[in-house]
Amino acid sequence: MSQNRITGKVYVVGDNVDTDQIIPAKHLVYDTHSPEERKLYGKYAMSGVPEEKSGLPEGGVKFIKEGTFESEFPIIVGGKNFGCGSSREHAPLALQVAGVKAVVAQTYARIFYRNSVDGGFLKPLESVENIFKSFSTGDHVEIDLDANKITNKTSGKSFELRPLGDAADIINAGGLFAYARKIGMIKSKAEANV
Amino acid sequence: MGMTITEKILAGHSGKDRVVPGENVWIDVDVLMTHDVTGPGTISIFRKEFGKDARIWDRNKVVVIPDHYIFTEDQHAKRNVVFLRDFVKDQQIENFYDVGTPDYKGVCHVALPEEGYTRPGDVLFGTDSHTCTAGAFGEFATGIGNTDAAFILGTGKLWVKVPQTMRFVFNGKMPDYLMAKDLILRIIGDIGVDGASYAAMEFAGEAVYSLNIEERMTLCNMVIEAGGKNGIIAPDNETEKYVKARTNKPYKPVQNDPDAEFASELKYDTAKIVPLVAKPHSPENVEAAERLSDVKVDRVYIGSCTGGKLTDFKAAAKILNGRKTAVDTFIVPATTDVEKGLEKEKIGSKTLLQIFKEAGTRIGHASCGACLGGPEDTFGRINGEEICVSTTNRNFPGRMGSKKGQVYLASPLTAAATALTGKITDPRKFLA
Repeated sequence: MSQNRITGKVYVVGDNVDTDQIIPAKHLVYDTHSPEERKLYGKYAMSGVPEEKSGLPEGGVKFIKEGTFESEFPIIVGGKNFGCGSSREHAPLALQVAGVKAVVAQTYARIFYRNSVDGGFLKPLESVENIFKSFSTGDHVEIDLDANKITNKTSGKSFELRPLGDAADIINAGGLFAYARKIGMIKSKAEANV
Repeated sequence: MGMTITEKILAGHSGKDRVVPGENVWIDVDVLMTHDVTGPGTISIFRKEFGKDARIWDRNKVVVIPDHYIFTEDQHAKRNVVFLRDFVKDQQIENFYDVGTPDYKGVCHVALPEEGYTRPGDVLFGTDSHTCTAGAFGEFATGIGNTDAAFILGTGKLWVKVPQTMRFVFNGKMPDYLMAKDLILRIIGDIGVDGASYAAMEFAGEAVYSLNIEERMTLCNMVIEAGGKNGIIAPDNETEKYVKARTNKPYKPVQNDPDAEFASELKYDTAKIVPLVAKPHSPENVEAAERLSDVKVDRVYIGSCTGGKLTDFKAAAKILNGRKTAVDTFIVPATTDVEKGLEKEKIGSKTLLQIFKEAGTRIGHASCGACLGGPEDTFGRINGEEICVSTTNRNFPGRMGSKKGQVYLASPLTAAATALTGKITDPRKFLA
């Protein structure tokens, strides 16, 4: 499949999903660079979302099934101000470890957006309209990055996404370090001997 | 066209004569701060990307302040501090405030100014969203993630998008029943939790300039709760007096150009603002305290970078003096300096500490405490369905621990008045 298409089942949340909901503070103690402990960030991803809002509209849909470390939902659709709150990079990291490839929201909190882009964890995509009410958790979704479009295959409806804008260079490079190497700002990995 | 303070600082640090909002620039960093929660991840990325033998760009410009998960038996949390200790030793960083030593400080955002790291005209980044607190000193200060911080550790530089500046002016005098917390809650209630997304929020006006430095820090601390990138207050004599008493380092204060362009300007008649509370579960859910007088609470929490400074405790003590609390009340000083201040500062013949003890409060040690929940044995953490009035900055679901808890944000005056009655209480009731 083309790198510019992301498909899978969607997990739906509303406006103002903050980083304490994405990964609660008590879990910020696992070593992000230990393969075993890193998996725990997947296990607890989105575990702070209130029960009645989990996967909306009636709630109660777990993002991560009991006893597992990865989500069956590679795409999250939310509303306004996704990722507000703390600067914890553990938030996009937890989503990546859980298997999330893209989040689609109308707007993002600045630091979450930046962390997603600079850390190369996932693609934070912006929808032109607030579209979370047009999706139900479990719907099959296709994101076409070339056409800037998200389609709900279950309902057949498509929605426009904003172009990546000036974050595109860093996103396409795979993150801040890869980008800085590409433009010659820092040494290549070989030169730096890492 | 002239530039705002934020634009001028970013231009100066990117080697440009001028910058415009929306432009991306690489800037030189004056100070990078990290702590125990985000430091270990930052260090791991630094080593992975620059090599395990790499040296940081400037050991005098990195400040490491463990403050989040300090008084806990959680072994993972304790390991975070060990991780910091190793790195600091390896890189010969002297600006380290280690747990269990006389150097230990407590909450980074209050410790940074106390130790002279916040200076007008500077650029400060920190791996914590409330790094914006330091905008109170007329500097550009904002929170970043681990990858960005690791990049700075290796290069001393970071790219930023120049924010537009939104201006908030509080005209008239500051009444004695209001605190900076009420002013910032008024703004967030008006513009919403994303009302200042990607923008600099500048505070001005007679009431703002009448605030002491700690209160100005409270204003800037919560710009992130409106989505702001940084807060900024033009430096004045008050700023310089505070900074000069704590550092010999040179700095260059920056003021707005007379023809600086602001994206918006919101003016308030300060005398018309009343003591405010943000209801669960969002800082924008703002209501007058007096209209919530039927809300019963289980506990009151006075602490954090927002509400655990000496000014905050002086205000709380004014209300609690000679009275008894009706509900569990937790007092958590932000730093060890504030902790010492509680023993020195007096109202009449009694120290603040005596007043708090006589009022029946529980007093904890300097750290972030239960502001962000933390490990389950954290002092003051909400572990059940408690309803709490708190002087902290966030009341998201589960922020102070359990998702079933409910947090109302308020000023230290309102929190103290609530502690006396067990219901949300307008502090004017006790200030007459």
